[in-house]
Amino acid sequence: MELLATLASVFAVALLVIVIASVIKEGAPALSWDFFTKPPAPFGQTTGGIANSIVGTLLMTAMATALALPGGVLIAIYNVEFAPPRVAETVRLVLNMLAGVPTIVIGIFIYGLLVVGSGQSAIAASVALAILMLPLIARATEEVLALVPPSLREAGLALGSTRSRTVIRIILPTAIGGIITSAIVAIARAAGETAPVLFTSSIVANVVSTDVHGALGSIPLSIYVNSESPSVHDQQQAWAAALVLLAFVLILSITGRLLSLRTRRQIERMR
Amino acid sequence: MIAETPAPPPSFRRRRPRFGDAGLRILAGAAAIGALLLVGLLVYKVTEEAWPSISEFGLAFLWGKEWNAVTGEFGALYLIWGTAFSSLVAIAIAAPVAIAIGLFLSELAPRSLRAPVGALVELLAAIPSVVLGLWGIIVLGPFLQQHVEPWLADHLGFIPFFSGDPSNVGLLPAAVVLTIMIIPIVASISRELFLSVPGDLKQGSLALGSTRWEMVRNVAIPQVSAGLVAAVILGLARALGEAIAVSQVIGGGLSFSISVFHPADTLAGRIASQYQGSTSDLQTASLAYLAVILLVMSLIANVAAQLIVRRIRRRMGVAH
Repeated sequence: MELLATLASVFAVALLVIVIASVIKEGAPALSWDFFTKPPAPFGQTTGGIANSIVGTLLMTAMATALALPGGVLIAIYNVEFAPPRVAETVRLVLNMLAGVPTIVIGIFIYGLLVVGSGQSAIAASVALAILMLPLIARATEEVLALVPPSLREAGLALGSTRSRTVIRIILPTAIGGIITSAIVAIARAAGETAPVLFTSSIVANVVSTDVHGALGSIPLSIYVNSESPSVHDQQQAWAAALVLLAFVLILSITGRLLSLRTRRQIERMR
Repeated sequence: MIAETPAPPPSFRRRRPRFGDAGLRILAGAAAIGALLLVGLLVYKVTEEAWPSISEFGLAFLWGKEWNAVTGEFGALYLIWGTAFSSLVAIAIAAPVAIAIGLFLSELAPRSLRAPVGALVELLAAIPSVVLGLWGIIVLGPFLQQHVEPWLADHLGFIPFFSGDPSNVGLLPAAVVLTIMIIPIVASISRELFLSVPGDLKQGSLALGSTRWEMVRNVAIPQVSAGLVAAVILGLARALGEAIAVSQVIGGGLSFSISVFHPADTLAGRIASQYQGSTSDLQTASLAYLAVILLVMSLIANVAAQLIVRRIRRRMGVAH
């Protein structure tokens, strides 16, 4: 049985290696300077890139982070510092429910809320991505805030500081590493999501644009569209875009993980 | 003599915090209430979008077999079937593998291996679903069609699961892609669960002469069995709701086929493939109806898993 458990782990790691290796093998040959700097070529030509999608993904994840980060941190502060235990339980339950909502349903929700009537826009897509990020940031931040040693909190209050001041001056600075980590992990998740942008920012022109009131391309969307194409060139573009996305997401995830280990160790040393 | 007038003592009272004590409390409370309202608004809005279809078909939508944009008849039966079938196949493969990984990472692996292998398994969860879907179409599908499915058909073809002609799209590649997605979720929860088993119980069992495996089977697994159920439910919920990767590999077929070789479709997959190109308001509403079904299923699964976890916490809180 121990052998089987070992084999299961080897299997999982092998899957990771196989998927990453396929993406590198198929995607690397199509990478070029043009691929990063040019928008997709008109039909039939083969010199285009995914510059518009890269710009779109960067802009939309940045806007989504700007929306979700303050909200998520505030919710975490409320739960750890102010909420009565029962209320905190309820908020947690609802956050977990939100985290469990399929992302395609979030897409439908934002379509009905923001796209019907006013059309697709990068703003609408960012709101959809922010909804996905909110529970991730709130939960992870709450965990870090709860790690901050009570002695620090009590010291602040004993010096006559108000509760809010203690939070702003002492607790948040102590936990800042963990908060950044939670944001990084949420960004990694949002940058790779297709479903929330599928109905909110998908009818896009093949030009690089930064107009967030209009629809912008995104890397996941370009992979999704090209993956269904019978053309070999399109499939190659999809692989190359997948390589870019995978590299971005894995680097963020690994950075987040290392940072989180460091923060935890730092906070634990304070105890 | 003129004495220097001493400077007035600094007044701490006067310097009010720039941000009143109530300010942060209210702001934070508002954010929490906002999250609750957001979930409410989401349920309301998606239901509203689905309303034309709900009022047209009612609950009969759930067992309607037609999905015909031309005649305007829509029903979710085959999609519910495809969702249940693909998710159950996926969880049937993923659950034992993931629980075994959880055991390996918490009990069996050499200490130096635990952190790095655990990190690699969690990275599996970081792969975007669209990338897995691309890999599923171009690498996995043809591989299954050429190597795995013929073998299954030859050797196990008498089981109805493996009847029919091998295909590069269909239920099997979808289930495999879903399996890859849910293994890391279930594995990391299982690992946490096994780590939460009190050390004295484990050591007690070992001291009584159990082998490591007997300790796992007789002590560790029974201790956390309810939690494992919760982990499996969460994995299942993830599989039910996955739209992108599934729509890339499942082939979009509608039938009651029990063969894993045949193309099928799921609730989420159908929304992803048709919502944008929907040709009538009723079709759009029916796709939103699918989203309502999906939402109800995922909320039930999620709350069930959380209630189980809460009960375990409470029991453990009492025990210690």
